[in-house]
Amino acid sequence: MSGSRGAWVRGGVVGVALAGLLVALVAWLNVRGEAPIAATSPAVDNSPQTLARGAYLARAGNCAACHTERGGAPYAGGRGIDTPFGTVFASNLTPDAETGIGRWSADHFWRALHHGRSIDGRLLYPAFPYPSYTQVTREDADALFAFLRSQPAVAQANKPHALRFPYNTQAALAVWRALFFRAEAFEPRAERSAQWNRGAYLVQGLGHCVACHSTRNAFGATGDRLDLSGGLIPMQRWYAPSLVGADEASVATWDTQRIADLLRSGTSPHGSVMGPMAEVVFRSTQHLSDEDLQAMAVFLKDLPPQPAAEREEFKPDAELLRRGQVIYDDRCVACHGEQGQGAANAYPPLAGSRKVQMASAVNLVRVVLHGGFAPTTAANPRPYGMPPFGQDLNDAEVAAVVSYLRNAWGNSAPTVSELEVLKLR
Amino acid sequence: MAQATVPDTLAQRLQACTACHGKEGRATRDGYFPRIAGKPAGYLYNQLVNFRDGRRRNAAMTHLIEHMSDDYLRQIAEHFATLDLPYPPPKADDAARPGQARGEALVQRGDPTQRVPACVQCHGAAMTGVLPAAPGLLGLPRDYLVAQLGAWRSGQRRANAPDCMAQIALRLSAEDIGAVASWLAAQPVPVDAKAVPASTKPAPMECGSAAR
Repeated sequence: MSGSRGAWVRGGVVGVALAGLLVALVAWLNVRGEAPIAATSPAVDNSPQTLARGAYLARAGNCAACHTERGGAPYAGGRGIDTPFGTVFASNLTPDAETGIGRWSADHFWRALHHGRSIDGRLLYPAFPYPSYTQVTREDADALFAFLRSQPAVAQANKPHALRFPYNTQAALAVWRALFFRAEAFEPRAERSAQWNRGAYLVQGLGHCVACHSTRNAFGATGDRLDLSGGLIPMQRWYAPSLVGADEASVATWDTQRIADLLRSGTSPHGSVMGPMAEVVFRSTQHLSDEDLQAMAVFLKDLPPQPAAEREEFKPDAELLRRGQVIYDDRCVACHGEQGQGAANAYPPLAGSRKVQMASAVNLVRVVLHGGFAPTTAANPRPYGMPPFGQDLNDAEVAAVVSYLRNAWGNSAPTVSELEVLKLR
Repeated sequence: MAQATVPDTLAQRLQACTACHGKEGRATRDGYFPRIAGKPAGYLYNQLVNFRDGRRRNAAMTHLIEHMSDDYLRQIAEHFATLDLPYPPPKADDAARPGQARGEALVQRGDPTQRVPACVQCHGAAMTGVLPAAPGLLGLPRDYLVAQLGAWRSGQRRANAPDCMAQIALRLSAEDIGAVASWLAAQPVPVDAKAVPASTKPAPMECGSAAR
């Protein structure tokens, strides 16, 4: 009896010790590699060149998109980012001492960007894409900090996040970070050109392209920074296509100028950016230098392409397609043409379009339901619009016309159901 | 196959607008979407900016225009403002609703006891709008008018401060809102209805939209 009890006690001691070790490991994984915060704040370089550079980098990182509420003061925070775990509210980045980053030093800012920890040591939620920003150099981080410090201070208290248990605990976040985050400097690849490396730095770092163009796992973590194989953007219900898939949005066969033009103008002969990518072009990439856009293009073009995915056999319902064609001939043909060929500089071709035939029909259905405009840019200041058809066509009609687009003029893709349309209303 | 060419015009570019606001921005059959054709450009521009910047809420509107420059929004406003299209006659059932006398009194004379100015003071004696930014009140569906006054009361619709319409709507009862909307919707629109130049008389209230 006593022997067995001794074994229990010994087992308990070992268990507690193991648990303690695990906690220590998680804690260590969360702070490894961090340099101490200097007791005296490093001087901030406020030269006009540095401020201009910081402003440019803020564009490249699209900081304002999240850190500015609709119609609110720039960088004063408040926008809610919906996630499957609840809503994370972006914080105030203006130099207000009480509510913004007025008391932060450049070291604090660097620790937030590179290590994902706030001034008070709290772990930050990765809705703030520090798993990408960790690659930003210290020099760029300092320029960003100087720029943000030069903005007008706005007293606007941060909203508390509205996350469910256990996601609202620092302990859960610590475990998440131990599993999925590691602070890492960008490592240029010596065998590649400086231009390629610049593109890689922008795409993987400030550009945080992976935040959308990757599938998130059950814990909300994206793949590797180079996993740009596409994914459904949680909560927003737009599909960010694969940037490596030959049947999605790989640009391996495009010339770099066309890629750069798409990021600058928001349009290409294949069509325009829509949804979240319209926001990216509108607020971020259209403002980047030609040099940087070319660099991003060189890098994106060089991503290792994946061949088109094998598709299961499918046989579209001829009656469904016939009904879709009737709607097409009535509503769509005037702009997109009898052969789905589109209209130059105005309406994208649908015949042969990858966007139309992608495995995910989410974007196509959404564009039919809600319409949309390409973003206005200097190169495309007056975009043509797609009308919303959601109030004129019912779910069955939208399913029919989308299914028709996916199987007309040599296109071939599985049809879309009424239920899929209903879910995207 | 060669691509078609389409007209290089704003009307062609803005077909996404007329899908709901009626052919050429005139009106719609289902009685909610407001006419935009012929409204003062300043008013239309303010509304577009308000939708983009969150002072007015309509998911469909915000989705369509949220990535547009001020410059394009101004061109869009000017395009629809210049359209001169006939109005349809009012729907007969609006005139049959209760509260017509109260509605007419509020529109024409206001209610000093509630500190509600007459609509005509700012929107013009003929209620066809005042340049540059006060819209006409005729030719709009009753449901739309009720929804707007309700949205001002609840803060769903806002304008640049001082938000005079929000203050007025808060002074109106639900019955008064129904009466004003019914009476306005029942009025025929005069031939050649146009926004008139601003009056030299002082406005009864300060309005943030007017200055823009």
